[in-house]
Amino acid sequence: MKTPEIIENEAKEVLAALPETLTPKDRAAIPHMDMPQQDPNVRIHNMSEVALGYTEDEALVEASRCLQCKNKPCVAGCPVGIDIPGFIKKITEKDYKGALSVIQESSLLPSICGRVCPQESQCQMHCTVGKMKKNIDEAVGIGRLERFVADKEAGEEMLPEIAPETGKKVAVVGSGPASIACAADVRRHGHSVTVFEALHKMGGVLSYGIPEFRLPKRLVDTELEKLEKMGIKFERNVLVGRTRTIKELMEEDGYDAVFVGTGAGLPKFMHIPGEDLVSVFSANEYLTRSNLMKAYDRKESMTPVFKSTKVAVFGGGNVAMDAARTALRLGAEKVDIIYRRSRSEMPARKEEIEHAVEEGCNLRLLSQPVEILGDENGIVKGVVIRKCELGEPDASGRRSPVEIPGSDYTEEYDTVIVAIGNASNPLIKKTTPEIETNKRGNFIVNPDTCETSMKGVYAGGDIVLGAATVILAMGQGRKAAAAISRYLEGESD
Amino acid sequence: MYRIVQKETLSKDVFLMELEAPLIARERKAGQFVIVQKGGDYNERIPLTIADADTERGTITIVFQRVGASTYALAELEEGDAIENVLGPLGTPTHIEKYGKVVCVGGGIGVAPLYPIAEAMKKAGNDVRIIIGARTKDLIIEEDKMRALDPDLIIVTDDGSYGEKGVVTAPLKRLIDEGDVKHAVAIGPAIMMKFCTKTAEEGGVPITVSLNSIMIDGTGMCGGCRVDIGGEMKFVCVDGPEFDGSLVNWDNLMMRQRTYKAQEKEDLDSCKGGICGRLGLK
Repeated sequence: MKTPEIIENEAKEVLAALPETLTPKDRAAIPHMDMPQQDPNVRIHNMSEVALGYTEDEALVEASRCLQCKNKPCVAGCPVGIDIPGFIKKITEKDYKGALSVIQESSLLPSICGRVCPQESQCQMHCTVGKMKKNIDEAVGIGRLERFVADKEAGEEMLPEIAPETGKKVAVVGSGPASIACAADVRRHGHSVTVFEALHKMGGVLSYGIPEFRLPKRLVDTELEKLEKMGIKFERNVLVGRTRTIKELMEEDGYDAVFVGTGAGLPKFMHIPGEDLVSVFSANEYLTRSNLMKAYDRKESMTPVFKSTKVAVFGGGNVAMDAARTALRLGAEKVDIIYRRSRSEMPARKEEIEHAVEEGCNLRLLSQPVEILGDENGIVKGVVIRKCELGEPDASGRRSPVEIPGSDYTEEYDTVIVAIGNASNPLIKKTTPEIETNKRGNFIVNPDTCETSMKGVYAGGDIVLGAATVILAMGQGRKAAAAISRYLEGESD
Repeated sequence: MYRIVQKETLSKDVFLMELEAPLIARERKAGQFVIVQKGGDYNERIPLTIADADTERGTITIVFQRVGASTYALAELEEGDAIENVLGPLGTPTHIEKYGKVVCVGGGIGVAPLYPIAEAMKKAGNDVRIIIGARTKDLIIEEDKMRALDPDLIIVTDDGSYGEKGVVTAPLKRLIDEGDVKHAVAIGPAIMMKFCTKTAEEGGVPITVSLNSIMIDGTGMCGGCRVDIGGEMKFVCVDGPEFDGSLVNWDNLMMRQRTYKAQEKEDLDSCKGGICGRLGLK
């Protein structure tokens, strides 16, 4: 791994040698800038951010790699349609404020999306430079540049313009990415917006789920403060479905429309023997203890977290990587990520898997946990693992794991973290039978407007999509916001 | 902010707080609970059953025992202070119907959440008999409130310092043996509920219990509260907290409740959060 100093020196050398005007050929020849990051041996002992972000030189080099394609293939890969070549061009002109303005036309949370979006399967997948080099890792680092712009201009507050008050009231349920995006856009149209959150902190999965070392909470707080300055009201400690129902919000509290962005908040378990043992946790619980309740700070936090030495994480997604890397930072000596397919089928971002491996997590691939063993106190003492091989592609298009009979073996662990996804929380569905759901419990919405089967009620994010990404959730929140504004304006005619 | 309008010390380590929480007071039903977080980034979320509510005053009542650093810290708050976060009402309300004769059994701090259930059962037209128990006389709480529901209230202490000497299962068995008991409700330590279930089962009486497992968010998100109910995984926060006692895997529940015992003791001994419970010092 290159140290931040080496990368910075490379950037300086490249910049010094750049000709005044660049031909596409010149641009394609510029080397891709690595992301400076904390040394793995150091970072596993702290909670600080792993990726340090580009310096100005590095950003200028990376931005000059962009060919400014006329047809902008990258934009098609962005769920919110950011004018990517447009903002990158502004970077090359050192107009960072201008670059941020371009991004903010389409995205509200560049500091967050620049960090957590899976760019390699979105914008960067379509990048011409990556295609020319036949290597997606050589694509322009769009996400890194987005983050650079957001961080560079962090002190400069740019509040969007807000239309005159319409007198209409909108309730937004949940405060994760879909809700934040929806709340901001609805507010811009001049409607009054109140966001209801069940927990004592706003932000949803950005606060309780994604760890500090991947997404510093100060960034989430800053974005939320911005919303408050736009006049959006936040109500904590309100669990819609219990404290108030959607019907009560509309009929008694006078909300003209409701957006539900409550996420997929019900952890799935494997339903194998031993899952009820003491040191078996859902990734949600493990991460919530560490992130939301700050249990990583043993000195200050009143919430305990289990002391683990040998940890098995079940699953291969981003949440599994987050849980595994959190376990290392909380003092585990051995962390195995147990996944039933091979590395190339893992749903986690490539970069997250690489980070986990760099930090010392082991990938135990083609392995299916079949039983968790415990001692007389109910503490995990091992996991029985069955070997798998890859069979035919399944519905997801990935080759399916086939268990190999008679291949079971036992590996020693004292903790198991189950990170195999979330189902949708049934609470709103139970208390609002008017809202139609599919058999997985996800809300069924009109794909163009995100409207549910209940008039005036819209939904987006994981409650509709199942487990998806921050940017897809934001895309839906924005789509719903546009539809809500149309609906409210139509209503007043 | 949820202001404390009244605080009472019910016994050495047991406190009652009446909190301003109009929305929760209006929506709550018997058997539901709240999650209380004192405030700031570092305080724990503590699940507590709602012991009473007053819709006119817009208040709810919680009763808690100081056991760990967090409950010691909560007990430091006085009338006029505020708790930053109270979420509720959570959980599925108690199933109330007219059974006929119903026996309600409360142990220790479990007497407090038992009250609204006994009250609702009585309101539904049941003949309600109540048994309350504690280790010793000083730990008996809410005697008067309970006696107002059942003039023949039975009190039991382990050491015989008040009422009958022994454990609550003895009078429970006696009432069941007298006949006509159609339903029982037990709230208290897991071990007490386990043996009440055994007694009720032997007498052929269905029993409802209220489980207090480890929990963080209270909305179904963390799965920490999962329990084994008749071989099926259930979440206490959304599916419960009340279950058919005969279906509960008690040994697993008690084992899981002990997950953080060692760390909790360490926290208390190290005066975490500036609270030195053991020494009675701030």
